[in-house]
Amino acid sequence: MRYFAQRLLFYAVTAWAAITINFFIPRLMPGDPVQSLINRYQGQLSTQAIDSLRTLFGLDEQQSLWQQYLDYWGNLFDGDLGTSFTYFPTGVADIIGQSMPWTLTLMGITTVLGFLLGTGVGILAGWRRGSWLDAMLPVTTFFSAIPYFWLGLIAITVFAVQWPLFPASGGYDTGLVPELSWPFISSAIEHGLLPGITIIISSVAGWILGMRNMMVSVSAEDYVLVAQAKGLSERRVMFSYAARNAILPSISNFALSLGFIVGGTLLVEMVFSYPGIGYVLFQGVGAKDYPLMQGVFLFVTLAVLAANLLADVVYLLLDPRTRREAS
Amino acid sequence: MTTAQQATEAALPPDGAELRPRRRDRFRFLRNGKTLTGLIILGVFAVLAVAGSWLAPYDPSARSEALLEAPSWSHPFGTTQTGQDIFSQILVGTRGVLLVGFLAALIATVLGVLIGVTSGYLGGIGDDVLSSVSNVFLVIPGLPLIIIITSFLPETSDWTIALVIGLTSWAWGARVLRAQTLSLRGRDYVQAARATGESTWRIIVFELLPNLTPVIASGFIGTVVFAVLSEVTLAFIGVASISDWNWGTVLFWAQSNQALAQNAWWWFVPAGLCIALLGTALSLINFGIDEFINPRLRSQGRPGRSVRMRVGFTPVVRAGRPGADAAAGTPGKDEKEPRP
Repeated sequence: MRYFAQRLLFYAVTAWAAITINFFIPRLMPGDPVQSLINRYQGQLSTQAIDSLRTLFGLDEQQSLWQQYLDYWGNLFDGDLGTSFTYFPTGVADIIGQSMPWTLTLMGITTVLGFLLGTGVGILAGWRRGSWLDAMLPVTTFFSAIPYFWLGLIAITVFAVQWPLFPASGGYDTGLVPELSWPFISSAIEHGLLPGITIIISSVAGWILGMRNMMVSVSAEDYVLVAQAKGLSERRVMFSYAARNAILPSISNFALSLGFIVGGTLLVEMVFSYPGIGYVLFQGVGAKDYPLMQGVFLFVTLAVLAANLLADVVYLLLDPRTRREAS
Repeated sequence: MTTAQQATEAALPPDGAELRPRRRDRFRFLRNGKTLTGLIILGVFAVLAVAGSWLAPYDPSARSEALLEAPSWSHPFGTTQTGQDIFSQILVGTRGVLLVGFLAALIATVLGVLIGVTSGYLGGIGDDVLSSVSNVFLVIPGLPLIIIITSFLPETSDWTIALVIGLTSWAWGARVLRAQTLSLRGRDYVQAARATGESTWRIIVFELLPNLTPVIASGFIGTVVFAVLSEVTLAFIGVASISDWNWGTVLFWAQSNQALAQNAWWWFVPAGLCIALLGTALSLINFGIDEFINPRLRSQGRPGRSVRMRVGFTPVVRAGRPGADAAAGTPGKDEKEPRP
């Protein structure tokens, strides 16, 4: 499993890098953000919040940078991401814990659906190159160039304001309490549909294009020609010969574009006031709530790394070469 | 054959050597309808970026009596809640969008070329370090990172935003260029140049870079799209300076003044369409570059796949390729060699 061990090491290094970047960003910025925040809130910040800010920004003059860095790691391992002051006195870790299931469900489902749908259409478009499916490409390009959040705004205007099919905001009916009951789940599904469809429409074009181009390249390969010469059915050649190989780069790209999709999901949540991480980030940005923003960034990065690791495992299962190398 | 040609070209002064192929490329480029459409749309936006503030019929920030009016002849895109003309805001805002998009992409491309080509050409420990750094940057989600950095900045003008986006989005270009350089490094003409004692810098600048141009151009255009989307997003969520007009700022004010609930569709539809149109134009140009790099992707004039079976057509005719025979001899799933 040498390949896998290498990947694990890489993710460990990336996680370390992300955490370190997160530690250094406030320290490298000019000016004194703590002082400007204290001025901004004009005495409304408690001493505890100010202390937490000072630790966060490393403006504790008595400590060396190295000591601050060690403390930062110590806090992280305790699960202490500081105190938010928009949701004072709740800790950042708690806020993220509450919003995380919403984001993970919405993002998980939409990402997988978008990938499957886009790859499927891409296989067909690449196989039947020159057919009407090619004319669809400029249309999908147009859709992929639309910012996620703007498509969300349009979706709200059309399907929630003009023609009230779906609720315009929130994750569930305000009268309900989050629990595992049918009324709550159905309400959550109803609220998640419009944001979900928005994300799928914005992200599907990229998959179609990538898969189409790989299919076009692969279907000119000799082994595809041979498979056709043997008289195998069109469908068999298309799926088990051409598509099976063409999909490999799509899987690596899938992992890499996760970061982009996460960004898009966060924006869609902001527009729909969906109670996930993105909405929390939006609130943090609006209030300059630095501990909250940094906590969200850290969490999002770690989630993307975990998803990448998962994609690596899938790749390992699909590509015989990596397995051969491993044994 | 390639070696000989390249060797003669390398011996000529660089200007003369580059002139001929470049003119031929450009000609083929413009024959492609998609690219041409993209270039025309981009051209229109470029004109607006330069002349937008003169063409704007009103001052974009000036208030007037016409409150929240639907599009009309005097206000083509309608007005805002405070009577500002949205058409003028869009016109004036074009400059900021294009400026940040192209500046950020320029920074990212220069970094990507420096890091990718160096890492691919030098190899060894330097390559390991540089490619690890770019892989790390590739995996960390870009937009949240940009939001975090920008919101810590005390001052967020177009220039600083472009700098932040440029400094954080070079990794993809570096990775693609490294792979391409690795494959070029072993080619005959590069080895010939090395054998004749050319300096590393001369080889990189005169042998490698001209052949990397389509890849660099494609990466540049892709980064412009990403930078434009990021910038508009930053303005929309209120991180970037909301006093500078750009399409994101228009959307920010539309959102914060409840344009949705008031059914003022004209407030946010034009800005979004402009973004999508600019993005489409750039993607169309990129299609042209992609088809230029990989001729198999060209769909024009080809009714169907090139490997469609016909009566009397035997794959054995192409026996010049060893792979065909080998695969034909022992058919089965395991024979498929996946493309790298």
